[in-house]
Amino acid sequence: MSSGPGAAVTVYVPRDSAARAVGADEVAEAILAWSSAGDGRAAVRVVRNGSRGLLWLEPLVEVETSGGRVAYGPVTAAEVDGLLEGGMLAGAESSRYLGRTDDIEWLRSQDRVTFARVGVVDPMSADDFVAHGGMAGLQRALAMTAQDVLAEVSASGLRGRGGAGFPTGIKWQTVHSAPGSPKYVCCNADEGDSGTFADRMLMEGDPFALVEGMLIAAHAVGATQGYVYVRSEYPDAVATLRSAIDSAYARGWLGEQVLGSSLAFDLFVRVGAGAYICGEETSMLESLEGKRGMVRAKPPLPALQGLFGRPTVVNNVLTLATVPAILTGGGAGFASRGVDRSRGTQVFQLAGNVARGGIVETAFGVTLGQLVDGFGGGTRSGRPVRAVQVGGPLGAYLPPSSFELPMAYEDFAAAGAMIGHGGVVVFDDTVDMAKQARFAMEFCAQESCGKCTPCRIGSVRGVEVIDRITAGDDPEGGIALLEDLCQVMIDGSLCAMGGLTPMPVRSALRHFRDDFVPTAATNGQGTS
Amino acid sequence: MTQEASAPSRSEQDGLEGWVRSAAQARRAEAGPLLDLLHDIQGEFGYVPADCERILADELNLSRADVHGVVSFYKDFRRTPPARVAVRVCRAEACQAVGADELAGQVSDRMGVGFGEATHDNVASLDHVFCFGNCALGPTVEIAGRLYGRVDGPLFDRLFSQAVSAGGTP
Repeated sequence: MSSGPGAAVTVYVPRDSAARAVGADEVAEAILAWSSAGDGRAAVRVVRNGSRGLLWLEPLVEVETSGGRVAYGPVTAAEVDGLLEGGMLAGAESSRYLGRTDDIEWLRSQDRVTFARVGVVDPMSADDFVAHGGMAGLQRALAMTAQDVLAEVSASGLRGRGGAGFPTGIKWQTVHSAPGSPKYVCCNADEGDSGTFADRMLMEGDPFALVEGMLIAAHAVGATQGYVYVRSEYPDAVATLRSAIDSAYARGWLGEQVLGSSLAFDLFVRVGAGAYICGEETSMLESLEGKRGMVRAKPPLPALQGLFGRPTVVNNVLTLATVPAILTGGGAGFASRGVDRSRGTQVFQLAGNVARGGIVETAFGVTLGQLVDGFGGGTRSGRPVRAVQVGGPLGAYLPPSSFELPMAYEDFAAAGAMIGHGGVVVFDDTVDMAKQARFAMEFCAQESCGKCTPCRIGSVRGVEVIDRITAGDDPEGGIALLEDLCQVMIDGSLCAMGGLTPMPVRSALRHFRDDFVPTAATNGQGTS
Repeated sequence: MTQEASAPSRSEQDGLEGWVRSAAQARRAEAGPLLDLLHDIQGEFGYVPADCERILADELNLSRADVHGVVSFYKDFRRTPPARVAVRVCRAEACQAVGADELAGQVSDRMGVGFGEATHDNVASLDHVFCFGNCALGPTVEIAGRLYGRVDGPLFDRLFSQAVSAGGTP
């Protein structure tokens, strides 16, 4: 052991809520129970880290050895004693042995920038954060003028990771130049899209990175207060973030004179209450103000009249948490990755019926097929992939014939799809795409804020029309009506909820029309 | 009803009113604290008793309609006492892809209630959620505040029985 004879062996067991959902707490308890059972057994120090993102291997346990961290997974509590007696603390091979964590090909072939520290550090430890490069970005930013920070962020080509992909540098410049005070930095952590979990994993695995990113934003735009709006379905993320903010205040990273500079910034966490629409930025601002999450018309832009009517930066978790790395590594370094106008890395999330689900952070330009078949290893069920939904409930359903498509904003837009927040949900050949299209409309009907008619009423009518089509009641007429309805929702909705719900519906119709109206060849033989 | 019989209810009322007013005072310096206050109240009482709307309106200088509008907009805010074992099944796309709809039927059958309902003794309630962020390890179910991944019918039966015998403490 590098830490010397008699010293405790460090064992990492993730505290990430996905790992906990498959028994990580029980595994951690079993390891500590074994160690404290006496008989000269090695002392163990259990660190509850974030997840490395190889979610199909959770609970993934790592042991610190002289040769680096060695991984085991998936580990169940019942196997712990056997693994420990088989020499796990010395990095011995076993049925759960995965080798050195750094050598795992799935991780090695990624390019982790935003997620560099997630799974590596103890998320509750500010010291660990600093030891792994934390606060270097803020220190560099504070030594620069606000205008120079804006130039660096613009040079990086960073675009909003929440889904809309708006250039971050331009948004920040607008807030910087806007008259009015106070100014706010609001982090949108209302990650409601099914198939996305990167915001949650970052907040649970490296919360100080988000705090640092928000401080850099505050310096760049002249903001003095910030809010993180976290959805209530993420209680672990809320607790981790609150703990990190308390530590940050204790260290002088928040409050007056941040790091001894003239920057003053207060940061608060506010928790949502089960409304998907509050992930829409203007609805989120209403909710932060303590109101119903009703969407606002734009203009005015939140950058000019945002929270409490003041100039406000609204960015996604991943956007803000990427900024420190841009400041330390330089905007040009970040921009050297990616393709066309999609610069840097994107944190893709493999989900649904996928064999190897989890976090794949890599430069834009990787193909959809490389993600689904390569990293993902196809379906968990072992059946053929039939459809992939990219970009959340409002994203398009794509067939395997689209697998050559590069993951990039413009390529996806040209294909009638969107990258969104980077979620990739895989379905096997048992999926009924008419049912998925119906669900998209049903979801919109349930989650619409109700302010605009195309979204509120259109989604209800959409469910009804799809029901008539699939019942065989004038299907051709129904499809024409559905197309028309979709166009009205796109043209007439106030926000992306109503405006994008047609995307999964239309893509399902375009690529999987037989599921709606069985052709002669398949009529009476089901929808597969 | 005699005066004595109504007395406990009256004192509960005072307890609620005092608690809500002091919670509002504690957040006096905060801007737009209504959502936080509703979370405070639900954390303390398990739901948002109807009378809170009047008290909060008074404390925050809002109309009762404004407060009611907020309480009723958000799915999380309950207006009746919660069941001891709340079950929430994710029914969003990523969980659908691994059989969430089938599981939802099994859960409903096992509990003997539909979605949005509670058992007649209010021991257990069933709701759906659109996404817990556990999308690579679905189907996902939350039982008494604890999240479980890769849940199937038999696993749910075991976890649910355990939760009910434990009286709703995870």
